[in-house]
Amino acid sequence: MKKLKIFTRIIIAVCALAMIPSNFVSVWQIQLEAPQYPEGMKMEIWSHKIGGDIDKINNLNHYIGMAQIKEENFPEFKIMPWIIWAFVVLGLLTATIGKRFMLWIFTSVLIASGVWGMYDFWHWEYQYGHNLDPHAAIKLPGMSYQPPMFGWKQLLNFLAGSFPDTGGWLIIGPAIVVVALLIYEMFRKK
Amino acid sequence: MKNVSIKNLLFITAGFFAAGLFTSCKPPKVDSALSGDAAKKVYVAPGKKDELYLFTSGGFSGQVGVYGLPSGRMLKQVPVFSQDAETGYGYNEETKPMLMTSHGYTPWDDSHHPQLSRTDGQDDGRWLFINANNTPRIARMDLGIFKTTEIIELPNCGGNHASPFITQNTEYVVGASRFSIPYDKDGDAAIAEYKEKFKGTISYIKVDPQTGHMKLNFQLLVPGVDYDLSRAGKGISHGWSFFSCYNSEKAHTLLEVNASQRDKDFIMAVNWKKAEEYLAQGKGMKWAANYAHNVMDEKTHTATTTMEKEVTVMDVKDLPGVCYFIPCPKSPHGCDVDPTGEYICASGKLAAVIPVYSFTKMQKAIADKAFDGDYDGVPVIKYEAALDGEVEKPGLGPLHTEFDDKGNAYTSFFVSSEIVKWDVKTKKVLDRVPTYYSIGHLCVPMGDNIHPYGKYVIALNKITKDRYLPTGPELTQSAQLYSIDGEKMQLLLDFPTIGEPHYAQACPAELITKHEVKFFKLDSNNHKYAAKNEKEAKVVRNGNDVHVYMTAIRSHFTPDNIEGVKVGDNVFFHVTNLEQDWDVPHGFAVKGANNSELLVLPGETATLKWTPERAGVFPMYCTDFCSALHQEMQGYVRVSPAGSTAALKFSTGEE
Repeated sequence: MKKLKIFTRIIIAVCALAMIPSNFVSVWQIQLEAPQYPEGMKMEIWSHKIGGDIDKINNLNHYIGMAQIKEENFPEFKIMPWIIWAFVVLGLLTATIGKRFMLWIFTSVLIASGVWGMYDFWHWEYQYGHNLDPHAAIKLPGMSYQPPMFGWKQLLNFLAGSFPDTGGWLIIGPAIVVVALLIYEMFRKK
Repeated sequence: MKNVSIKNLLFITAGFFAAGLFTSCKPPKVDSALSGDAAKKVYVAPGKKDELYLFTSGGFSGQVGVYGLPSGRMLKQVPVFSQDAETGYGYNEETKPMLMTSHGYTPWDDSHHPQLSRTDGQDDGRWLFINANNTPRIARMDLGIFKTTEIIELPNCGGNHASPFITQNTEYVVGASRFSIPYDKDGDAAIAEYKEKFKGTISYIKVDPQTGHMKLNFQLLVPGVDYDLSRAGKGISHGWSFFSCYNSEKAHTLLEVNASQRDKDFIMAVNWKKAEEYLAQGKGMKWAANYAHNVMDEKTHTATTTMEKEVTVMDVKDLPGVCYFIPCPKSPHGCDVDPTGEYICASGKLAAVIPVYSFTKMQKAIADKAFDGDYDGVPVIKYEAALDGEVEKPGLGPLHTEFDDKGNAYTSFFVSSEIVKWDVKTKKVLDRVPTYYSIGHLCVPMGDNIHPYGKYVIALNKITKDRYLPTGPELTQSAQLYSIDGEKMQLLLDFPTIGEPHYAQACPAELITKHEVKFFKLDSNNHKYAAKNEKEAKVVRNGNDVHVYMTAIRSHFTPDNIEGVKVGDNVFFHVTNLEQDWDVPHGFAVKGANNSELLVLPGETATLKWTPERAGVFPMYCTDFCSALHQEMQGYVRVSPAGSTAALKFSTGEE
């Protein structure tokens, strides 16, 4: 069993603790800008709720027949806080035990969760973007209106941008550091 | 990579972050910066006058705003459909009849589309017509005096939106119903019977070429869709009018969804000259009606209301050759005729293209019977048979188009908030410029004339958001001025307007100023209660009515001391302004007046009714600063208790 350097273990502990606040701030954001919304609108995805201008956005979406985006439709909001707490506990365990296989487990869990999260996000965007009410006032070509998963995309008069929010960076940042630490531990001088 | 140091670890981490941060770049916004010479182009030096008049609809204020361009300076708000305490319009006895309708006194409305009177397809600067949408009316403003001098109510009309849209020589103003309603059984029908029983109407109101007086010549009974906007033909299409129609689904509830289902609604073409022929042949039905016709007499300065009792109605189903539908993508708003009269372009709010129809092709389609069946008995011309071409990918939410003098069209786009310039012949988009924000209609000076003035386009916006200092939840309404002299449109100026500026018309100033009236001639004042000099001033009791024949001249009223008025009397102050000079109005106010003040123009007589409810001595004074001794222009009315024997007394200058 390879032991992790004490330096590595401290940073892992810091990374685990740094993830705690992401349960209390927005994790992901979808920004919307349009000529008549110079101030912009923002939909926030927290670990346990939807925040930001979701009421305004839902109201606008009815023109194109998009279903109302409501918290209760997403079971993820019941699970996600526990997943983040699991990251924290797993990180602290890794730091305490200090074995490289624990770092492997921690990194794998982080990456697997990230992949699942992105797939899940895309899946919901697809669902909302493609199940448009055919009786809506504005009928879109191809009957699809899917916001971007990452980056900017023009949708009718709206420029939509999808990015991690504070909480997202507080997971992604430490996760990157953890991956880097694993690489470091694999290849460091004996 | 056998050996990795702590330093390398930092590089690995930073590399991941950089990749995450820079994978996507935000597209740039359209540059909205003003170019350097914008200020010069709108600067009208103090003491200099503007080049153009702009008349904007006051929307839900019911009034008309008058501005100078290119400065955007507001010159006047003319009361039309709403009471105005500042001038006493709708409050004083002379103008109360202006706001009478079959529903009684109706002191507000929603005014939408100003239209300047026209001769040979050109603005002549004599009158401005504007519609009231809510309680269907059309008003005429006299541009010599900038006052509303006539209002006619439209019977058999659910709401007068597609109006007044004047014909080439001011033969007619029109009023087409936005809301269809049932006309049988006293108009009482279940709303669910919409499809079977609800109908629209188009009123053709004849305008007297000399006096401007309006007369409802005939009404056309038309299918029960919503009629939105209109333009009269001109040049080769003179004798026709065109109306945009939405809700061809005939929905009567949740129209935002239910009236947006069909791929195509209609443009309706009406041959009104042919309708006139049928009228002359006696085709019309005489329907009993009850509608107000209010006229201000320029000699008596007094308006009268006549309740008209009959209207001639013709069902378009019985009038072959008068009425045709042309399919039009989706929920059209603007329906605009180019300066030649050949091209009619329609702006479907939800449409992806702007169809441009050819009047010549339309005539050929009618001759060839290139029809796609009928809609409620009205032939539907085949879309392709009337179409000249489509403007492809013009923008989102096209609303309204006007034209310049160089063959270009300018279309407003509400959703993408921009003006798009395109070539009428080639249908190619030439330029686009953002508006701030959500433009509704637009206006090119004389942009609906045979020879447009061009030079500018004015955006009439629905939202101002962050463009001005905020004023609470309700922000200012606004318009924007763009130069269209060059290849590229150029934003010159934002200026606030009274709300809501649905539509506007602009014309060179000299067209208006040549009709200018500086004051009313006292000699021509035939007001029943005018005192044309101070010797004629008097107070007369007639039962409980006390008539004060009062004069005003710098800087006193005659009489200015009045006694013998009793609690419960109706006191009528008939104030005649004896001034015969420019820009010397007098105001008149009396304490406790619970209607308004009077603003009396030189040579004019106006009447304030005042019913004192308590005894005392009540000051009265001039409210419009008239001279160095304006503040001395005051007097008293003594009010004695009811039943008092105080004798009627009046004087000025008696100690």
